[in-house]
Amino acid sequence: MRAVDAVMECLKAEGVDVVFGLPGGANIPTYDALYDGGIRHILVRHEAGGGHAAEGYAKATGKVGVALATSGPGATNLITPIMDAMMDSVPVVFITGQVRTELLGTDGFQEADIFGMTMPAVKHSFMVQHPLEIPRALREAFHIARSGRPGPVIVDIPTDYSRADIPYEPVTDLHLPGYQPTTEGNTKQVRQAAKALAAARRPVIYAGGGVVNADAAEELAEFARIDRFPVTCTLMGLGAYPAPDPQWLGMLGMHGTRAANYAMDEADLICCVGARFDDRITGKLSEFAPRAKFIHIDVDPAEISKNIPAHIPIVGDAKNILGKLIREYRALDADPARLEEWWQRIEAWRAKHPLRYDDSEGTEIKPQRLVQALNEVTGGEAIVTSDVGQHQMWAAQYYDFPKPRRWINSGGLGTMGFGLPAAIGAAVGCPGQTVVCITGDGSIQMNAQELATCAQENIPVKVFIANNGYLGMVRQWQELFWDKRYSAVDMGHHPDFVKLAEAYGCTGVRLTDKTTLVDDVRAAIETPGPVVVDVAVTREENTYPMISPGGAARDMVG
Amino acid sequence: MSVVGEPGTKELLSLEELEAAGSVRTGRKHILSILVENKPGVLTRVAGLFARRGFNIDTLSVGPTDDPELSRITITLDGAAHPIDQVTKQTHKLVNVLKIRDLEPGETVARELALFKVAADGAARTEIMQICEIFRGKVVDVSKRAVIIEITGTKDKLEAFERMVRPFGLIEMMRTGEIAISRGRGET
Repeated sequence: MRAVDAVMECLKAEGVDVVFGLPGGANIPTYDALYDGGIRHILVRHEAGGGHAAEGYAKATGKVGVALATSGPGATNLITPIMDAMMDSVPVVFITGQVRTELLGTDGFQEADIFGMTMPAVKHSFMVQHPLEIPRALREAFHIARSGRPGPVIVDIPTDYSRADIPYEPVTDLHLPGYQPTTEGNTKQVRQAAKALAAARRPVIYAGGGVVNADAAEELAEFARIDRFPVTCTLMGLGAYPAPDPQWLGMLGMHGTRAANYAMDEADLICCVGARFDDRITGKLSEFAPRAKFIHIDVDPAEISKNIPAHIPIVGDAKNILGKLIREYRALDADPARLEEWWQRIEAWRAKHPLRYDDSEGTEIKPQRLVQALNEVTGGEAIVTSDVGQHQMWAAQYYDFPKPRRWINSGGLGTMGFGLPAAIGAAVGCPGQTVVCITGDGSIQMNAQELATCAQENIPVKVFIANNGYLGMVRQWQELFWDKRYSAVDMGHHPDFVKLAEAYGCTGVRLTDKTTLVDDVRAAIETPGPVVVDVAVTREENTYPMISPGGAARDMVG
Repeated sequence: MSVVGEPGTKELLSLEELEAAGSVRTGRKHILSILVENKPGVLTRVAGLFARRGFNIDTLSVGPTDDPELSRITITLDGAAHPIDQVTKQTHKLVNVLKIRDLEPGETVARELALFKVAADGAARTEIMQICEIFRGKVVDVSKRAVIIEITGTKDKLEAFERMVRPFGLIEMMRTGEIAISRGRGET
């Protein structure tokens, strides 16, 4: 059969039912095979939208997302989603068309060395060297994308190879001698961790996206509840532990809660599960958790002791290791009463420093209130995607995520323009679920063209724009650290988002009155089809509390 | 690691502060021996990882092994200038990398090949050939005005030879970069 028909068979064998992309010269053969290949295709308006949609699909469903693009500019437009997937460990396979082999290296029309360009941004990549290699490349690409620490894999297929006539045999084995992720976790280390936890008087569990990726949320909750361990999550980990909950301290890090950050600061033992001590978590490294010893559980050995030396390193899959840890810990019969004093201290912080903001006196809508209204209306049951900036932090702070895979955002790379396409991917992957995109007037414009995709495919995402007319987070930093010299952050009030939504064939609504906010939000969510809600929010609201860049947790401001 | 350069820090940064902001260094020379699959792009992947961290590789050599599907990359670099630990872990993560070893100098045999083209007029030629003999080098080409000498040895030996012949007029020197193999019965 044609190699491209084999591609369709390979995709189906991997369980793929939908792909996101845009055709071009070098992948017309692939699209010809898609025409009646039995796989749904979502036509995006820009390849970056397709890449982020595949990420949103993967994050919401836990399955591997797939994005297609043609050679040259199609492929280079994927670079941002590829890097985004790398930073946030998202399993996505990107299949790019390449110019025909006789043109390779000649600056042919729409030729770009995407294999070379993306090398530092991929978990792995395949430049197909022979048509017969295609089925194995795809088989191995999916395996690498989803196993170990998940990540993006590219398969670049020259267009002449994609038209080759090849015999198709499903590939079942793998030939990856250099790739054997450690998943089990060393039992001795786990036992040592259990002992350290049983002796700790001020322990904190610090969980990240690795718990979500490993589908280990149940194990995490079970483990935390054996002994009332306090739990905090990173931005990527929200939902890994159910919020709200008596043991839930809220998010930690630069815009985390004081309770979480102070607990990290005073902890004697920090058990990190699937997180990586990013600079947005630690602030100034030398002053991060100065009294603590560290247990570090991660499937990626390169993360262990990268930023913070681990006293008890455990390499493996979070689900396996937490399971073992639960068994080892139960056998120790630790005395929960030893944590009384610690909980009193934490409760005092919680009582004294809840997340707070000054509500407006008139009818003006505070952005935090918008997120609270969404939380109230959806009962925490929506899949929420966000873009990057102030609204992202407010969404993380004020929306309670009871389950994993409900919070989908760009954490590591911080990609503006991620939210809308990611919402499309989530909605396609989880039909029937409410999908909300919380975005800003800056971010939405970086992939607003995907509103056309929503309208054409009737993808019912509800986009809430916290519109303050600014690139708000940069403005906040300029206000706080650069003497209010607002350089290039004022976006004015362009475009008219209601008209824009309507032009794309979506419903557009504008909200300006906080007194009717909850009802208005409910009405928007209940409106069928894609809806864009332009919410006029306080222009110069700041995201607090905050660990100043390079500061220490105990010196949080705001 | 210091937080020099956070965008929230408005203060002007001195060059000294920027230079002091790196992380832990071992202070010695490292020979990294990397066993990789013999596939296109592997060398770029490995070299790219080092470049991404701002590492300056001293020498690099690549060649086949006893297994035609595998190649060996040998990299030497200065641990005083670069933190090694992270980059070796990251290298090991590459799908095409089977093994990476940071070879202990005492338990390793390391060799390098060099070719020296030295100006050799009349009387100087005899003297150069004597030095060559002491270093167990081989004269591989002689012309009226120059000789080419081939020498194998450790980096130190090659550098010593270079110092000896430089006064005669060193026209050109080429070195392969070190390859290394671990002592004893075990595989490198």
